[in-house]
Amino acid sequence: MSLLVEIRKNFGSFRLDVSFETRDGVLGLLGASGCGKSMTLRCIAGIVRPDAGRIVLDGKVLFDKEKGIDLPPQKRGVGLLFQNYALFPHMTVGENLRAGMTGSRKEKEEQLTALVERLGLQGLERRRPAQLSGGQQQRVALGRILAAKPGVLLLDEPLSALDSYLRWQVELELLDTLKTFDGPVVLVTHSRDEVARLCRDVCVLDRGKSEEMRTVSQLLHAPDTVASCLLSGCKNLSRASVCPDGRVEALDWGVTLTCDRPLPGGLTHVAIHARDLRLVQSTGENVLPCRCGGVLDQGEKPILLMDLPGGGRLRVDGARPVPSEGHPCLLHLPPQRLLLLTGGNENISC
Amino acid sequence: MDWYPLFNSLRIAAVSTVLIFFLGIGAAYYVAKLPRAVKGILDVFLTLPLVLPPTVVGYFLLRLLGPQRPIGLWFAQVFDARLTMVWYSAIFASAVVAFPLMYRTARGAFESFDQNLADAGRTLGRSNTWVFWRVRMPVCRQGILAGTVLSFARALGEYGATAMVSGYTPGRTATISTTVYQLWRTGDDEGAMRWVLVNLCISAVVLLAVNLLERKDKKRPAPVREVV
Repeated sequence: MSLLVEIRKNFGSFRLDVSFETRDGVLGLLGASGCGKSMTLRCIAGIVRPDAGRIVLDGKVLFDKEKGIDLPPQKRGVGLLFQNYALFPHMTVGENLRAGMTGSRKEKEEQLTALVERLGLQGLERRRPAQLSGGQQQRVALGRILAAKPGVLLLDEPLSALDSYLRWQVELELLDTLKTFDGPVVLVTHSRDEVARLCRDVCVLDRGKSEEMRTVSQLLHAPDTVASCLLSGCKNLSRASVCPDGRVEALDWGVTLTCDRPLPGGLTHVAIHARDLRLVQSTGENVLPCRCGGVLDQGEKPILLMDLPGGGRLRVDGARPVPSEGHPCLLHLPPQRLLLLTGGNENISC
Repeated sequence: MDWYPLFNSLRIAAVSTVLIFFLGIGAAYYVAKLPRAVKGILDVFLTLPLVLPPTVVGYFLLRLLGPQRPIGLWFAQVFDARLTMVWYSAIFASAVVAFPLMYRTARGAFESFDQNLADAGRTLGRSNTWVFWRVRMPVCRQGILAGTVLSFARALGEYGATAMVSGYTPGRTATISTTVYQLWRTGDDEGAMRWVLVNLCISAVVLLAVNLLERKDKKRPAPVREVV
């Protein structure tokens, strides 16, 4: 099973331009809020019509602007899990599950029994959605979608509607359900942690535009664009320019850095993960003098805020020994850990 | 006591409520989908009878339905029957006057409807008709029910436009409200009082019915919270 998406839609001030191709397994669609993730899913499901492009599910053309094909949602075989689950509030759990089924009354009853057992919803068939916990609601919503036997599953921030104490439990349940689904899954989220745990591949969406697909480990360990770097959880980012001697000037940090590899063309920013910074005793290459501006957490992993002479501030995680506030320190930025990024604009810095 | 006005009022109100129910819901559903500019203009037009004096509505109806007027003339030629000064003329009058109540309450209910529910139904493979009758209408039933009852009550009490298009003929076009006026005008204070009491009873029964319906709605299975 495969899903090919190439769509463009103009919303005036905002342009959606997304393309990716995925096979069986979970693809994460990662982006900040308002970047068009949910809109992309709605286009695939047929709720919103793109201006141009095509969507092909397993050889079946769902949408093709040039050929004039635009199947209605009913004919697409796309299962969309809404952020708020969109369970029918006036129907019982059983009625909700039956809403996705086809066949005779007897067949539906058999499917229902099997589905209730598979999702662990025994005894809840006569409840209404409002009488269920968030996790149970999600299982019903997923069950309702699976009952319609879709060719692809689209999950729109499936965990964001839940209390944080429920989220982990539901995430484990979701993982189990996804394992039993045979086909492509697209999971929309803004959380790198969910991507890291649930997905195999990831496609970063930056202000409506999709970047190249990559594996989750590529995203987490070697992001190469500003958007993917920020979404991978990196907190230290600076605008950068290339010096004549081949070194990189980090404009927001007021320091010039040496790298261990050739610089990419169109370099706009440089970044480093907070966990990769080290406190050292002596100066040297890529060592900058700074002052400890604050210690946020004195627990297992203290977060140090380091004020740079250039005016920037770096976050340093887990460094020892913890300096006291106002104390001068030396900070080492290992060349092999520097992230060299493209695709940012002047306004992005942290 | 001649019960004809009660019977006549009830059948007029019942028929116009059925008409308004479908027309009002249909209008609310389709107007909500229109582009903003068209929506504004249509909305004014459809709500107008609510603020116009019923006599103005009656005047317009006479201009359209009168025996020498376009629709009235056509109807007379085709069906050999008139559209004014007969009992069913009052259906047009009360339907037009009560229509905005149904239209506006239904529109309000549809506007607060979570569109995701409809989209969920469609992605599950259900037809638009199924989604409308099995999801949108039940979810909006409170507003729809309120609109229906209000329209029925308004249609039952309609006087101004009814008096103009149906007139008052005892035993033929008399309704409760025109009877009350006629009896009072001719000095039959006691007769007018009887019909006033009848009207009060009907209104009380209607409101009671709404309250009972709402209570029945709440009696569905008591909520039980359960933690996973």
